[in-house]
Amino acid sequence: MRAMSLVALPEPDAKIVARREAIVEDLRRLVGAEAVIGDEDGRRAYETDALTAYRRLPLAVVLPASTEEVSRVLAYCHQHGIKVVARGAGTSLSGGALPAEDAVVVGVSRMNRVLEIDYMNRIARVEVGITNLGISDIVKARDFFYAPDPSSQLACTLAGNIGMNSGGAHCLKYGVTTNNVLGLKMVLMDGDVVEIGGAHLDSPGYDLLGLVIGSEGQLGIATEATVRILRAAEGARPMLLGFDTSEAAGQCVAAIIGAGIVPVAIEFMDRPAIHVCEAFAKAGYPLEVEAMLIVEVEGSNEEITDLLSVITEIAKAFAPKTIRISQSAEQSAAIWKGRKAAFGAIGRISDYYCMDGVIPLGKLGEVLVAISHICDKHGLKVANIFHAGDGNLHPLVLYDANDAAQAERAEQAGHEILELCVASGGCLTGEHGVGIEKRDLMRVQFTETDLALQMRIKTVFDPKWLLNPAKVFPLEGRSAALEAA
Amino acid sequence: MLANIRPVDERECSRVLAEATASHTPVAVLGSGSKQQIGRPMHTATSVSTRGLRGITLYEPSEMVMSARAGTPLEQVEEALAGRGQMLAFEPVELAPLTGGEPRQATIAGVFATNMAGARRIKVGAARDHLLGVRAVNGRGEIFKSGGRVMKNVTGYDLCRGLSGSWGTLAVMCEVTFRVMPVPEDTCTLVLLGLPEEIAIEVLCAAMATPFEVSGAVHLQPALVARLWHEGLRRQGQALTALRLENFAKSTAYRGARLKEHLKAYGEIHELDRENSSAFWDELRQLSVLQGSDAQLWRISTSPSAGPKVVAAISAYMECRAFYDWSGGLVWAEVLPTTDAGAADVRRVIATHGGHATLIRAEADVRSAVEVFQPLEAGLQKLSRKLKAAFDPAGILNPGRMYANF
Repeated sequence: MRAMSLVALPEPDAKIVARREAIVEDLRRLVGAEAVIGDEDGRRAYETDALTAYRRLPLAVVLPASTEEVSRVLAYCHQHGIKVVARGAGTSLSGGALPAEDAVVVGVSRMNRVLEIDYMNRIARVEVGITNLGISDIVKARDFFYAPDPSSQLACTLAGNIGMNSGGAHCLKYGVTTNNVLGLKMVLMDGDVVEIGGAHLDSPGYDLLGLVIGSEGQLGIATEATVRILRAAEGARPMLLGFDTSEAAGQCVAAIIGAGIVPVAIEFMDRPAIHVCEAFAKAGYPLEVEAMLIVEVEGSNEEITDLLSVITEIAKAFAPKTIRISQSAEQSAAIWKGRKAAFGAIGRISDYYCMDGVIPLGKLGEVLVAISHICDKHGLKVANIFHAGDGNLHPLVLYDANDAAQAERAEQAGHEILELCVASGGCLTGEHGVGIEKRDLMRVQFTETDLALQMRIKTVFDPKWLLNPAKVFPLEGRSAALEAA
Repeated sequence: MLANIRPVDERECSRVLAEATASHTPVAVLGSGSKQQIGRPMHTATSVSTRGLRGITLYEPSEMVMSARAGTPLEQVEEALAGRGQMLAFEPVELAPLTGGEPRQATIAGVFATNMAGARRIKVGAARDHLLGVRAVNGRGEIFKSGGRVMKNVTGYDLCRGLSGSWGTLAVMCEVTFRVMPVPEDTCTLVLLGLPEEIAIEVLCAAMATPFEVSGAVHLQPALVARLWHEGLRRQGQALTALRLENFAKSTAYRGARLKEHLKAYGEIHELDRENSSAFWDELRQLSVLQGSDAQLWRISTSPSAGPKVVAAISAYMECRAFYDWSGGLVWAEVLPTTDAGAADVRRVIATHGGHATLIRAEADVRSAVEVFQPLEAGLQKLSRKLKAAFDPAGILNPGRMYANF
């Protein structure tokens, strides 16, 4: 795949790169030879994340086995002015885990132990290299689960979820990562280890937990977390609603919520997305409609039946073409398989650029029209998937990655779509993070003052700006903002 | 010369704080001032109040979102929400009457600045979990924003949570945007009487581990039951354990029956109907059982199973009356007045069992002499001081309110 070209990456520090061999040797002494990857083939495996258009060969890769080892590595890098990129499973869609030629990758994947499960207090204490689904798997036998459920949950680590404050399809009811993490053990860039929060609710003092979660690995490297585990509902069942227009689907969502019903998930797909996903998952999605909702509710069988019939009555006011309630566990699984596999399914027919803007629900109709105009203008096709309950829109801009000009147009279209989201009262990213991808758009959403304040907070935790460099904040204006501080 | 100032917009607020920083003038940051008797006493000659910043600026019931200027009375927010069948789900507790203040004075930004949540916190999260966006002015007089009006937003660092619970020491909030939720159609409450404390907390935790979405789990010692406003419950004269279910009426009936079955081994279970339930939880939200007392009051957050152990350990040192919320994880502990509110003992107990303790009610000289907020471990203290300086380099905003030295 050809590299996209819109986001500039800084020139690596030649002095650090020249010392690569010596640095690798030092790291081996600190954490053992088996925990350090220094050869080029080995490092190549870490050169990108799920934003595969950008690739950089890291200086070295360290895979520590303990908080103490992370601390030693960070203290060493801090002392020698070496940049560090923290990495979970490398599933970031925004380039959040993209390495740099002059940076050491610290991967937490070996730190994946479960340290404590406490059902009475409904918490799990784990090392952050555990996968998202790995937490739920451990507690499933007791009908418990860990709530945030990003689509990549089979692969992505809790570490990455903490970095990006990840959400998922069910966060309308259960919240995102920041609402489900109670405590962290974190290594600061100078090697100091701090414990924030714990097994209790609400931290004392400033809400450092809230600041750290979603800071994209720029404030420290978390190594352990205490998370809330919840008892699963008795049951859950989705229904499908098909509409002639996206507006009708959007209005139906508003009416459901307006009636005092907060379903556990409300997912929206437009016609192109429906067709691709149906071809892949055979979920029985209606092919003749312009927009489809998956609405899922939870409870006992009888409660579910009651709720879905209330939702059906509400939906009738918006002239649905299709109303179908799942009749079996198999049908429910198929309905969700289609949705959860959407990105993969679309990836089978085309390269795509996955956007992650957020808009107020009431703007859905007009935003979708404007998105289709933007993509038409660039000669590109788009499929839209939307967490309708919380306004998180994923337009997938389709393009041919072997056509450099088209790839650049796709990235340009994506930027215009995100500017549209902000202008509509929304934001640049709902769950994928800024990374490098949206770094240069930050000024669309924030003023210089807003950014300078965030940068001062970065400096509080990481005075030399060594952690996850070249991400989140536009490169120009960084030093001016900090000098003014 | 600065005096007691009530800016009418964020630009005036910005000018005032820039001037205060330039002249190194400490300012007390207030909403209505209803919580001024909480925290460490400050020595500030001037104040900035958000009472001039009023009004609901956005309300989209179908998107479950509202924005209001900082000084908008909480009561006004709740009336507007009730008019559309919605509410602040985190159930902010009424603190002012604990320290002799008038009820119903709180402002909306004061609720977020203190991150006070009530019984429903165990199901839906705290105030900080519902704050979506904020416009504020920092100590330098700079107007900044974070977050926005949409439910999901990971653009940039999450300053909304950073400002929650900062007690006006980082910035003056000018406008807040928050998530709201539908008022449940029905409420019912299951009550068990006379349970020993350890067993009571076991009941609460067992209920929280069912799929019935318990939205309140509390236990009151007999001495506090005697202070309930609800006459029928007060007359029981025994320790009271209560569990709340909120849902559509058919669901509360079904879930109430299932939960009763689940807990039947613990003894007779009484049921409060909708009207009595609402009255009971409403008075808990007003912290009725902690009002009108001159005892010193601690608010302790720990893990639920540690709750009764914490109370037992404190009781070994001093007379203590406890109201357990959050399934046992939040302990409101009244102790007989002493010159140090038993701080050393309370903090030693916390060190053993985990969590943190805040001294909510005590005379000003006591609050000057002991740490009101949980002392921070050295690493966190260093970060917190630097964070304060990032927002407020001259240290003019509520200096000393949370910690003596910043």
